[in-house]
Amino acid sequence: MTNVLIVAEQSNGSLKKSSLNAVGAGQLLAARTGGQLHVALLGQGVGGAPAQLAALGVTVHVAEHAALAHGLAEAAAPVVAALARAVGAGYVGGAATSGGKDLLPRAAALLEAAMATEVLAFAGDGAQVLFRRPMWAGNVVADVELATAVKVFTIRPTEFAPAAPAAAPGEVKAVAASVDAAGLKTRFVSFEEVKSTRPELTEARVVVSGGRGTKGDFKPIEALADVLGAAVGASRAAVDAGWVPNDWQVGQTGKVVAPELYVAAGISGAIQHLAGMKGSKVIVAVNKDPEAPVFAVADYGLVGDLFKVLPELTEKVKAGK
Amino acid sequence: MALKILVTAKRVEDPESKIRVKPDGSGIVTDGVNYKLNPFDEIAIEEALRLKEAHGGEVVVVSIGGDKSQTEIRAALAMGADRGILLRHEGPLDPVVVSALLAKLVEQEKPDLVLLGKQSIDDDQNQAGQYLAARLGQAQGTFASKHESLESEAEQKRQPGLKLAADGQRLTVVREVDGGVETLDLALPAVVTVDLRLNKPRFASLPGIMKAKKKELKDVPAASLGVDLTPRVLVRRLAEPPKRQGGLKVADVEELYKKLHEGAKVL
Repeated sequence: MTNVLIVAEQSNGSLKKSSLNAVGAGQLLAARTGGQLHVALLGQGVGGAPAQLAALGVTVHVAEHAALAHGLAEAAAPVVAALARAVGAGYVGGAATSGGKDLLPRAAALLEAAMATEVLAFAGDGAQVLFRRPMWAGNVVADVELATAVKVFTIRPTEFAPAAPAAAPGEVKAVAASVDAAGLKTRFVSFEEVKSTRPELTEARVVVSGGRGTKGDFKPIEALADVLGAAVGASRAAVDAGWVPNDWQVGQTGKVVAPELYVAAGISGAIQHLAGMKGSKVIVAVNKDPEAPVFAVADYGLVGDLFKVLPELTEKVKAGK
Repeated sequence: MALKILVTAKRVEDPESKIRVKPDGSGIVTDGVNYKLNPFDEIAIEEALRLKEAHGGEVVVVSIGGDKSQTEIRAALAMGADRGILLRHEGPLDPVVVSALLAKLVEQEKPDLVLLGKQSIDDDQNQAGQYLAARLGQAQGTFASKHESLESEAEQKRQPGLKLAADGQRLTVVREVDGGVETLDLALPAVVTVDLRLNKPRFASLPGIMKAKKKELKDVPAASLGVDLTPRVLVRRLAEPPKRQGGLKVADVEELYKKLHEGAKVL
């Protein structure tokens, strides 16, 4: 029997949505290996997050410590590794968030484990788990075996269904986190939250994105997004030009999104952008260039000027409400 | 206050190349594929050079691979790095092995800072820097970025995005994280992995390319470092992702709205 440890994340005492997907992945894995599922939650002032996790019917291990408040990998990795050993975890995973990608490889090194990043699915047979993951910017999908006793992974949240609430809640256990706070070589200085009234890009039902074709004017993109209650995204070109914040970038090197509707306006469709949105249910492309590669993946393509098309579509949506 | 920086230069498939999988799924088709320096490593090299230009010191570039990886080391030397080390190794590499080799090299070279790309664009694992920091017991700053845009004046002046403290003992790293921007302060020596928006790498000049030919490039068998080189990440099968059935064009907004509203029912 091989147990599974999922590292969940919280922010200001509230569980991150992507952690539900990570727990869902952990349930699939535990069913494959016949082991137990354990969930770790680290931080300080974790609020209602442990109860949110326990409602999923899993055993929750809560490690609270001042040095864990800001999710420093240097502080958190030894705590995760110690917990993985304590619960006999053969698999340790989490969501491929910026926090997960920072922490889990460091924990993997302490566990002498090999790791698979951005896992899309568990392949292989029975307890012989292969990790299916993208390589070469999503142009290739690989089935990977991790040949170490402990195996570590991050999952791409859009590829796994969130864990559902269970009939009986799981147990919440406090873990004494041994952190050498004075010995830490990393100091947290600040976090500047990007505040927005729009939904989080990776969690939105609709995403409207703009690229080079906006020439820096995102007003029509934002106007359409706002009537649709959508998040706003951008191509790398728009971000690199400094037109919009970095965290708007959709793509292999930015955020991977899979909304019900993705509108790409003035985006030509570089491979690395497509890798970040190909999982969307319906893709709409608006571009002046009929040869733009984005049209090849779009369910509905409209050749035209986004500065005319988007306001027109915005009015249509308003009128249809 | 001079900084000694070790920076990585991995040889990878050109991101502009079309990557195709062999029919038996055992690997990718390498015919007609160009190779180049991993773009994230290129940003790491640029940052190393800017730090050296601002504070003095030495930039040592390392690549792990076969003969051909010398090309990527020479490219970094042409940009301005001082000397190169090829850790000669044929066959597959994974972050477990790479980080173990780099840790050995750090023991020998004792750099103040190791700079790496946040990931290489072939296996896209995003792990080596974090593994290395853990092995060395050092501070880590992943996904280093900066507040200024790539069109800003600071960028035009090639100022480093990583800020060295006045005493030369600590480094401030601005990180791109979900939902915002985080700033960390790392005690040196430390490991930093870089993201796309840290800088725009320079092009090598002709004199730079000429000078690079005379710079030291040490050739060290990876097997001589006493590291277990057995791969732990075994790629069993490759496939191409399922294709999307796209390509339908609509005439106007009227038709688009109708398709989305009545057809796909997403509006």
